Amino acid sequence: MAKVTFIEHNGKEHTVEVADGLTLMEGATKNMVPGIDADCGGACACATCMVFVPEEWLAKLPAKEDMEETMLDFCEHSEANSRLSCQIKVTKELDGIRVTMPESQH
Amino acid sequence: MAGQEKNGIVIIGAGQAGAQAVMSLRAEGYEGPIRLIGEEAEPPYQRPPLSKKFLAGEIGFDRVELKPAEFYEQSGCELILGTRVTRIEREAHLVHTGDGRAIGYDKLLIATGSRVREINVPGFDLPGVHYLRTVGDVREVQTHFHAGAKLVVVGGGYIGLEVAAVAKKNGMDVTVLETADRVMARVVDPIVSHFYQRIHAEEGVKIRTGETVAGFEGKGKVESVVTGEGEKFPCDFVVVGVGILPNVELAQEAGLHVENGIVVDECTQTSDPDICAAGDCTNHPNGVYGRRLRLESVQNAIEQGKTAAACLTGKAKPYSQVPWFWSDQYDLKLQIAGLSTGYTQAVTRGDPDHARSFAVFYLKDGVLVAVDAVNRAPEFMMARQLIAKHAKLDPARLRDETINMKEIEKA
Ligand SMILES: Cc1cc2nc3c(=O)[nH]c(=O)nc-3n(C[C@H](O)[C@H](O)[C@H](O)COP(=O)(O)OP(=O)(O)OC[C@H]3O[C@@H](n4cnc5c(N)ncnc54)[C@H](O)[C@@H]3O)c2cc1C
Ligand code: FES
Repeated sequence: MAKVTFIEHNGKEHTVEVADGLTLMEGATKNMVPGIDADCGGACACATCMVFVPEEWLAKLPAKEDMEETMLDFCEHSEANSRLSCQIKVTKELDGIRVTMPESQH
Repeated sequence: MAGQEKNGIVIIGAGQAGAQAVMSLRAEGYEGPIRLIGEEAEPPYQRPPLSKKFLAGEIGFDRVELKPAEFYEQSGCELILGTRVTRIEREAHLVHTGDGRAIGYDKLLIATGSRVREINVPGFDLPGVHYLRTVGDVREVQTHFHAGAKLVVVGGGYIGLEVAAVAKKNGMDVTVLETADRVMARVVDPIVSHFYQRIHAEEGVKIRTGETVAGFEGKGKVESVVTGEGEKFPCDFVVVGVGILPNVELAQEAGLHVENGIVVDECTQTSDPDICAAGDCTNHPNGVYGRRLRLESVQNAIEQGKTAAACLTGKAKPYSQVPWFWSDQYDLKLQIAGLSTGYTQAVTRGDPDHARSFAVFYLKDGVLVAVDAVNRAPEFMMARQLIAKHAKLDPARLRDETINMKEIEKA
């Protein structure tokens, strides 16, 4: 279980508890947090689940696999600290993580 | 008329498009009643995992459902499940259900999706012959899922091939029978078909093309599949995936314009101003290609669900996008953007004869109209943008892997 804070583009914060094994993306969609579309449902096929991760948390995340890396590389609004939230499994090490969402996922 | 205001919006079909419409209606600021009526027992869920991780047993229903039960409560949406709508009475603004209820609407959304095309050959009703559209179907198929079991898949489309891949990974003996001379013939170029035939052969799945199924045989349950040539393929169970039919009958009987799907405009409105339609069941205009399409994809269901929510609340948010789709087989992610119909040249980037990653670009008179990308996100992501702007591309540059996809458009 980890407490995760999702921050909307306009600054509005949503703090939710996410069970181990679920992805960050599911933590948002299952808790009605707006701002993560996740059109493909976590198949790493759509890049509509992007989040920005602050530096202190980036290092604690599992490394990107090739598919995520290249999807992000070609995503219009992505930044160096972008991740696809459907590719991040929640563990207790992520307790307290704060991530920001883009204005639009499309 | 005043009393009718309270009826609000009724959605027929609790699937991908219907659930999206509920979310988008509230996001649009609509505060009236919403009733979501679905024939299946389950709340709205995603179908793609049904032939992938859910079939494999890697994830449970809790990770397939689109939203938890609380979402519908919090959204003030009445979920009416296990209930079939049998008739739409347009003049009275009523829908009638199988259990004899009449439910009033001010605005109606038809999101009835599609159903599997059945094959009508002798033995079609033998136990052990299955289709794959619903969670219920998967649960039945899973009762046969044991290492060593013999599976015959009828139909070499995405769903058939995804099922074959999952079954093979779970130790089953798998044969795929396809009528056409190659798999996925309806949607991809022969280069891609042959690639998938090679991969399945390497993984140990037997693919037989040019085989028509003439019947199923067995005592009390299916024991073999018989082809038109009279050949018998012994099996413990069968999964049939030979396409779908849009669920248009309700609309048709209500007198709405139906032609290869429920005919809607770019805002999802049907020929009745109080009725919209979204998802697999629609025939809609696509601005990128300048023609009408009927699509079977999650993207289409989501985007039309959003557009319908806007339309039902009196706003115009026309839907016009480059269609995209994906399919997972083994370690391969196929991502398709655009529609290749009518292409004049197919350009290959990478080596589909030996590698497990490549892309095929489809050009029509030099203009990019579609891409099939296997484990090639850059090609897929870039092509989505290039197709939307009708980019004219140089085939030699597309073929040249030393050129980064970001630079591909430059002359
Ligand atoms: C096994 C499988 C794998 C797939 N994989 C992919 C994939 O990888 N990528 C992709 O993009 N797409 C995929 N698809 C397609 C995608 O799931 C569909 O295009 C999408 O679900 C369409 O959404 P929809 O809302 O139009 O229809 P559905 O999700 O089918 O929902 C329609 C609902 O309406 C109900 N209904 C119908 N008639 C009535 C009635 N009269 N009264 C009440 N309820 C009714 C149905 O029971 C159904 O629950 C897959 C589909 C299947 C079956
Ligand atoms: S949900 Fe589609 S890429 Fe993450």
